[in-house]
Amino acid sequence: MSVDQTQRSIRCLVAKVGLDGHDRGAHVIARAFRDAGFEVIYSGLHKAPEDIVQAAVQEDVDVLGISILSGAHNTLVPKVIEGLKEYDAFEDTLILVGGVIPDEDKADLKEMGVAEVFGPGTKMEETIQFVRENVPER
Amino acid sequence: MSADVRGLVDDLLDGHQRALARTITKIENREPGYRDLVSALYEHTGNAEVIGVTGSPGAGKSTLVDKLTETYRDRGHTVGVIAVDPSSPYTGGAVLGDRIRMASNVGDMDVFFRSMSARGNLGGISTATADAVKALDAFGKDKIIVETVGAGQNEIDIVRTADTVAVLVPPGSGDEVQTLKAGILEIGDVFVVNKADLPGSDRTVQELKEMIQLAGDTGSPASGGGHHGPDQHALGDAEAGADDDEDDEAGWTPSVVETVATDATGVDDLIDALAAHREYMSESGRLDEKARTRTAEEIRLLLREDASGLLERELDRRGGIDALVESVRAGETDPYAIADDVVAPIEDCLDERR
Repeated sequence: MSVDQTQRSIRCLVAKVGLDGHDRGAHVIARAFRDAGFEVIYSGLHKAPEDIVQAAVQEDVDVLGISILSGAHNTLVPKVIEGLKEYDAFEDTLILVGGVIPDEDKADLKEMGVAEVFGPGTKMEETIQFVRENVPER
Repeated sequence: MSADVRGLVDDLLDGHQRALARTITKIENREPGYRDLVSALYEHTGNAEVIGVTGSPGAGKSTLVDKLTETYRDRGHTVGVIAVDPSSPYTGGAVLGDRIRMASNVGDMDVFFRSMSARGNLGGISTATADAVKALDAFGKDKIIVETVGAGQNEIDIVRTADTVAVLVPPGSGDEVQTLKAGILEIGDVFVVNKADLPGSDRTVQELKEMIQLAGDTGSPASGGGHHGPDQHALGDAEAGADDDEDDEAGWTPSVVETVATDATGVDDLIDALAAHREYMSESGRLDEKARTRTAEEIRLLLREDASGLLERELDRRGGIDALVESVRAGETDPYAIADDVVAPIEDCLDERR
């Protein structure tokens, strides 16, 4: 092994935004990402969109996974995206949303810049595969 | 230096969060150009006060760092925090869980918090952390806190990048034999008994003070040897932790501070203790001495890395390490002969140039 070799590792922020107090899914995905060899930062519960932006910017994550079960995705996700744009972090962050999202909202989220929406019952391997294939080149 | 690197350095010095974040990533990944980057930042470093915080898992490091940061912010300082967490030796994956406890500072962009994974890399992580500290220093942070789990030599190297090291010891963390063991307790400039509201904390404080006293009496380098000879304090003396003025001349006697991180009790005392150590370091000239030692180590480490890179390429040119191993297994040669063989031409080159 050469000492000069780069040591790239996929960094992910698993985020809970807003009042939604259920983070079992976020824990499960954090663990699955860890076992896939990613470096995972978990935000903790009840974070404001700007808190998530701060974490994503400072940690320079490749992937931002937002888990939302409360139905507030249409107000919270755009705020996060705006914040990322403000810090020039939007272009090279892969944004994923997980949780209960009605079909009619999915198109809007994707329009905004969310790469994919993963609903209940999505296989973990599918999400991990998606990250591996779509992680932004830098 | 490439235009990219120049741009990144300029943005960082201009105070762009994203540039600082990207710089640390480059350092962590050892991306091409990262050395130029650190090189360019070097002249802008040297103004920050670097504090290392370590201790066993569950000692309350993150919560205390959070409150420490909050207090520094209240006093008008800007703060950078680097939290190092272990990674899986099998997959390289990691959950970097300390950010969650930085609740008091969330949303405050004048606190730059960055998680780093050990990436299963012996030695390399301390270089990366030291370089990330330089990035935060060049960015203009007044206080930089490096937090790591004190679980092995690797972590001890990391906190050594700090001017002052605080070691957290939870109450009731074992009998006195634990405090006799080598390692983590030897690196502390300040000991913090966190969770001091729990039963057993008095005893832990007492044990730490005895340990410090004992280290002073047995003539550790820091205490200047024979100083204490004639009037040794009895073991277990209640005054054991109280240092006199003579001690300050001879060396630093680690202080013991009690805190309850969850409600910020004792955080002011801790800041005083850290400041006292800093003052001692600065007045005694040890801060300069430490900086010199660190620079020497840095030069040596970089040279070792470069040399081992050279040697790896030479090994590849000679058919790779596997082929050489096979020839040793087959009894054709031995590792010593191979080493001599590979290094000899390099020696010759250096001799010729002299």
